[in-house]
Amino acid sequence: MTLNRQRGESYPLRRRDVVAALLAERGDLLVVSGLGAPSWDVTAAGDHPANFPLWGAMGGGAMVGLGLALAQPARRVLVVTGDGEMLMGLGSLATVGVARPGNLAIVVLDNERYGETGMQATHTAGAADLAAAARALGLPVTATASDAAGLAEVLPLARDAGGPVLVVVKVRAETLPLVLPPKDGALLKDRFRAALLGGEGD
Amino acid sequence: MAAAQPNWPLAIFEALRAAEVRQVAYVPDAGHSELIERCIAEPAMTAVPLTTEEEGVALLAGAWLGGERGVLLMQSSGVGNCVNMLSLTRTCRFPLLMLVTMRGQSGEFNPWQVPMGQITGKVLELTGGLTFALEAGEAAGETVAEAARRAFEGPAAAAVLIAQRLVGVKSFTSESP
Repeated sequence: MTLNRQRGESYPLRRRDVVAALLAERGDLLVVSGLGAPSWDVTAAGDHPANFPLWGAMGGGAMVGLGLALAQPARRVLVVTGDGEMLMGLGSLATVGVARPGNLAIVVLDNERYGETGMQATHTAGAADLAAAARALGLPVTATASDAAGLAEVLPLARDAGGPVLVVVKVRAETLPLVLPPKDGALLKDRFRAALLGGEGD
Repeated sequence: MAAAQPNWPLAIFEALRAAEVRQVAYVPDAGHSELIERCIAEPAMTAVPLTTEEEGVALLAGAWLGGERGVLLMQSSGVGNCVNMLSLTRTCRFPLLMLVTMRGQSGEFNPWQVPMGQITGKVLELTGGLTFALEAGEAAGETVAEAARRAFEGPAAAAVLIAQRLVGVKSFTSESP
């Protein structure tokens, strides 16, 4: 098995800082987050009705973002997810690469670990390169950042570049205090729709 | 298919259009080929080819968050691929309209299609979905319209199971591999 089990601890970028920077002055940004730490990170930056934080549906984050982006072409849609969740939905990048919505950006917070289950190494601790995979599957804008200078370059891509965009941000493997969004999925859905569409949601 | 059969794919397409379905997610099936072509050609619809059916469950959740209705087209084997993702539909009470062409029924040539074909309806019911059997072309429009009402006015997961005898049995001749 060729996995580098230590490398994740050496990355200088911290996931909560990265997400706070991504969501600063978010305006009318629509946010979908993948299960586990990305949903806690997005919530730590401020619970918001235009967030749809997943508590499950592993592998589905990019696809929820795609459906939303196709339905709302005038709005920027940002998917914030992790390396384990993105690996489970790798085929969805081929689907995004064919549908090609310009308003969709996916940011993968890549700590090379399955953070919710004991910090086991993921395939990105080995040979897997998610930005290269996204490029090969047809996403026109892809990049990887692993330090502050790299982050400064990719933040504008995630927020504004004509997409679909996939940005990998290598972040330190660390266990942080939980900051939980509401757990009731129907409530999350209804408040998102009410914020976006008006009315009562359903 | 006999020439006297009503054009049931057209009836389904018209029912989807009347239900204001906008996103059409699909993994191809021979039984859905005419419907897929009609949806691709329809300017009011966006057709989204998937690499696996569970992507469609998540896609259509996102569509609903954004105010659009969708449909997932797949064959019965694809229902097995959707199982965990259907937790998203149930937990969040998303509408989900599915049109499933059945394999593994009468006349099936390929025994590998039989296990999933035998449990497709049960799996959908176990995950909290409603199922509607479609066995005659004359009922296609009405059945899909009813399932769409259940899905979008529920909200609920609602699947139309299109019988293999209606779709036609895959022949595995050299002309149609």
